[in-house]
Amino acid sequence: MNPAFLDFIEFSLSGLSVGALYALTGIGFVVVYKATRIINFAIGEFMMIGAYFFFGLAAQAALPNWAAIILALIAAGTVGGFLERLIFRRLIGESAISVFMVTIGLASIMVGLVEIAWTADPRSLPTFLPDKPFFVPLGSAEAFLASKNGWSFIIVAAIMAAFITVFRFWRGGIALRATAADQQAAYSVGINVPGVFSFAWILGAITAAAAGILVGSISGISSAMGAIGLSVIVVVIVGGLDSLAGALVGGLMIGWLESMASLYIGGEYKQVATFVILLLVLVVKPYGLFGTRDIERL
Amino acid sequence: MRIGSAKQTYAADEAIFKTNVQRAWFGALVALLILFPFVSSDYWQLLACLIAVNVIAATGLMILTGFTGLVSLGHAAFMGVGAYTAAYLSNHFALPFWLTIPAGGFAAAAVGAIFGIPSLRVKGLYLALTTIAASFILQSIFFNWTAVTGGARGLTIEPASIFGNALVTPGAIYWIAMPIAALTIWWARNLLRTRVGRAFVAIRDRDVSAELLGIDLLRYKLMSFALASFYAGMAGAVWVYLFRVITPESFRLIESIFFVAAIIVGGLGSVRGAIFGAVFMTLVPELLKIGASDLAPYWPDAVKLLSPVRTIVFGALIVGFLMFEPLGLNEICQRTRQRFALWPFRT
Repeated sequence: MNPAFLDFIEFSLSGLSVGALYALTGIGFVVVYKATRIINFAIGEFMMIGAYFFFGLAAQAALPNWAAIILALIAAGTVGGFLERLIFRRLIGESAISVFMVTIGLASIMVGLVEIAWTADPRSLPTFLPDKPFFVPLGSAEAFLASKNGWSFIIVAAIMAAFITVFRFWRGGIALRATAADQQAAYSVGINVPGVFSFAWILGAITAAAAGILVGSISGISSAMGAIGLSVIVVVIVGGLDSLAGALVGGLMIGWLESMASLYIGGEYKQVATFVILLLVLVVKPYGLFGTRDIERL
Repeated sequence: MRIGSAKQTYAADEAIFKTNVQRAWFGALVALLILFPFVSSDYWQLLACLIAVNVIAATGLMILTGFTGLVSLGHAAFMGVGAYTAAYLSNHFALPFWLTIPAGGFAAAAVGAIFGIPSLRVKGLYLALTTIAASFILQSIFFNWTAVTGGARGLTIEPASIFGNALVTPGAIYWIAMPIAALTIWWARNLLRTRVGRAFVAIRDRDVSAELLGIDLLRYKLMSFALASFYAGMAGAVWVYLFRVITPESFRLIESIFFVAAIIVGGLGSVRGAIFGAVFMTLVPELLKIGASDLAPYWPDAVKLLSPVRTIVFGALIVGFLMFEPLGLNEICQRTRQRFALWPFRT
């Protein structure tokens, strides 16, 4: 087996598993955007607080991992719901840019609070994933995939499947899609639109927190881990802001491309490569691969 | 609105100073700015220079975001372009500061116009994200084009000199920074009374209508980007002479966010807002630092908490102003003036 080809396969696998986490976080973003048209720039910080809640409950309060995960997700969802109720609901009707800047401000506040509670030092999360690495048979050789990456890929796939089912069949999911399609019409058929907004924020925060716990268990946590949010924003722009399928495809694509960039150009160009792709996509297809085109009327 | 100041000509309506009281206050401000370096310590002079730099950059961003309605999160990176240009010209061609500072502005304007091109295709939040891309791409160039930028280690630069005297202290740089700040504010204020400025405002309010009125969107949007970047580049060049050392770390995304926050806190849509915002946002972290060192003897944790508290206050100012005072400090100032002007009547 050609070693260069083996490298390519191994980097592809780890890129795709990172991409799956981007996709999961991207879904947390898209749910909020679909329902409320808010660009949540604090998505990386929602991941961060999820991971820190898990750290606090599992490592500091010494709860069993499964209980810590559930409580951390509930706590993150509560934060999301509170923020929607206290801040974003009051900003309905404000210009999109103002709301976007509010999320930037919130990101800053969350980083500061985490640094006060847990300091800025990097920490590692207690392991809860099995640590037997995956070997993908490949002709005469085997491609190596770290256990955490492999398992997080599997977990993400399961969460995605649950999401698609919920959106397709459950009443709440249908209400969310109806609100996304037309708010006025949703109101007039009796959908509780403010309730949908709250639900979207709670769901978005929980999804981001789940992704944050997985990312943290792979590469550790720190108060700067919200920077991943930038890659996630690129993912959802490339995929189309209001498309769940777009977040999935965009996530896997950007994860894979970043991995390829660090294999062939060098790790320091990873983020630049992502942003060059973003610029190209915006110039060629401004609404992303699967996004809905806005039509403007005077 | 003042009582008894009915305007009878358009010239009177467009005048910058409408009453003698305003002229008197302005004169007092100029006198204060001239006297300031003679009565203050090095620390406050450095802070004044920093404020001047931030005022120049914030005024530029105000033209782009406050008047043309195009949000840019790459402003600090354009500042970096100006800074590196000035440093390069000074180190390799030994040009004097009065040439390198405008040169920094022009270089940044050229780069800004290039990154402004996507604004023709995308707007609003999508544009904000393309400018983030610009910020990261420029950042990577600063890091990797070692021949010009010195890479991660950065550059050092000879102090600016005038008639053979090196301007080393912040008190000396003040005489470069403050006049440039005054000049750029004066340009910005006058720009808005011309056709170009009104075209910017028309684009902000509704770009489709503006185009129907015969405003060439391509030309004016790029002009706005170039102008804003020109201001940023000048600010960056002055910044280089102030610190005389420059690394890519100085022009990160967070600095760009700082400028957007400054103009929001100051009040979008007025030059005065840019000034208020830049002054306020530069002073707040310093005041927190002073407060923390004053508290330190009684409460040892104060210094350790300084950095997270600064981060929180920065975010809280953005959120708080957007929620409770969307027109910013400028609006507070106007309201206060109104109250005094109309006293004893209720406003």
